Amino acid sequence: MSVTNEQVRHIARLARIAMSDEEIARLAPELNNILGWVEQLGEVNTDGIEPLATVIDQKLRLRHDAVTDGDIRDDVLANAPEAQHGFFAVPKVIE
Amino acid sequence: MSELTTKTIAELRDGFRAGDFSAREIAEGFNAAVAASKALNAYTVETPEDALAAADAADKMRGQGDLPPLAGIPLGIKDLFATKGVDTTAGSHILEGFKPTYDSTVTANLRKAGAGMLGKLNMDEFAMGSSNETSTYGPVLSPWRRKGSNVGLTPGGSSGGSAAAVAAMIAPGATGTDTGGSIRQPAAFAGICGIKPTYGRCSRWGIVAFASSLDQAGPMARTVRDCAILLEAMAGFDPKDSTSLDLPVPQWEQNLSSDLSGKRVGIPKEYRIDGVPSDINALWDQGIEWLKDAGATPVEISLPHTKYALPTYYIIAPAEASSNLARYDGVRYGLREEGVKTLDDMYAATRAAGFGAEVKRRIMIGTYVLSAGFYDAYFTKAQRVRALIKQDFRKAFEQCDVILTPTAPSAAFGIGETTDPLAMYLNDVFAVPASLAGLPAMSVPGGLDGQGLPLGLHLIGNELDEQTVLNAGLAIEERAGFTARPEKWW
Repeated sequence: MSVTNEQVRHIARLARIAMSDEEIARLAPELNNILGWVEQLGEVNTDGIEPLATVIDQKLRLRHDAVTDGDIRDDVLANAPEAQHGFFAVPKVIE
Repeated sequence: MSELTTKTIAELRDGFRAGDFSAREIAEGFNAAVAASKALNAYTVETPEDALAAADAADKMRGQGDLPPLAGIPLGIKDLFATKGVDTTAGSHILEGFKPTYDSTVTANLRKAGAGMLGKLNMDEFAMGSSNETSTYGPVLSPWRRKGSNVGLTPGGSSGGSAAAVAAMIAPGATGTDTGGSIRQPAAFAGICGIKPTYGRCSRWGIVAFASSLDQAGPMARTVRDCAILLEAMAGFDPKDSTSLDLPVPQWEQNLSSDLSGKRVGIPKEYRIDGVPSDINALWDQGIEWLKDAGATPVEISLPHTKYALPTYYIIAPAEASSNLARYDGVRYGLREEGVKTLDDMYAATRAAGFGAEVKRRIMIGTYVLSAGFYDAYFTKAQRVRALIKQDFRKAFEQCDVILTPTAPSAAFGIGETTDPLAMYLNDVFAVPASLAGLPAMSVPGGLDGQGLPLGLHLIGNELDEQTVLNAGLAIEERAGFTARPEKWW
């Protein structure tokens, strides 16, 4: 399998990374190189092998459905590039 | 005062307790050494006042009963750990100016243990790299140089700043993180010790996430004992990390013993690969002899899926990274690119400007292998092979108690010498299998190669058995007598 420039453009769009045609043309062979290399996993017989889910066996814990923190609005907003009236501010979404 | 910087953490701790010197003298010695080490580019932020404040608190406590275990010890902190009020950027332009309002659990544990902070240590961007060259702050230079050469060498990566700082004695110890070798490979390159514990021993809370099923914090220091001391302070159950192990922290330091009588050391035949310099294989053979001398019995073992570990890693780690790094959107923290009209364009422009080339490459790979139509062929397949790799180790540990291999397939290389991404990935060929299996693993310096550069030996232990890893490390340390230090040029 090899990716085309068009597919690379699509992946960049999914990943929300703006890329020029030049960057896409440079990246496509790099990605093909890496993908071609990882495809050697196809040689491995994995019939009947469950995909690994947890590397060290343990049960996920449950906790009580109760508030454990909160009241830290200003902390949460402290690093925002733009915050207004206690909210994150972003470019206008609706005209 | 400056001679205090040549002491190990155990010596500093014991000397401070005995009243041979004050914590303030220790902090001042290291602060001065840090300030004089700019040429190494190891620190991204220096926090001398933090180290002094912790030292003064330690001095005040001395003589008033029980001291916390790291009282009087200042440490370097990898820039991947959130530190309250101090820039935490993961070596990335996209996190420039980010000052967390909280401490990571690991750094909070170190503070509770009495440690101060000398500063934040440079690293590969988002811990993605093996040479420290992907940092937005530029590469760290290793304090080591080849015999008769001035060529700048990499300290390895991604915990390159941590490795360089400890080797240059501008920190007695440092935190590192290891996703696929990022503690062990730089430890080997810099002639120091570093241990990645069992996955789940150290809380991941407040550590900038790269690949969450692999990321583990661990200590880097000059001796095995110092690693044991630091790991005890860093580890522990944390309800804020869903994969944190709810187990007591063992007394690793107190139980250190280099007597390996009755222990079997596995030597995996698949780790004898082509193209590895003869110095490295010779050191491996020497390592086997040292462990025999300590009472252990070598046994040949087989880890048949070893050659598939790296390609498995380079599906799983980028997949998890593409998901984890989706949070950098220019809205909640870090960089925002202005001058674009829509929200969607703002995301794309911010991420284009904020991420470096290697990070973009991995996000793209990860997005691709997770995308509709390819998920099963790549990601699920890789998780199946990962299960086989885990099974290989499970079977191997029926025949042995610890595994010995080289840490890295080469000594440190020059800045700019490795430009092909695949060639760079091969640095972790010996380190990655233990990461995929979540096992504790350590690098210990074994000797110098023909160019005068350090080489490391790598010990892999069974789940939760850091003790045998540390004990075998100690046995090697005692026999290797590795006292070489880089000549100061910075």
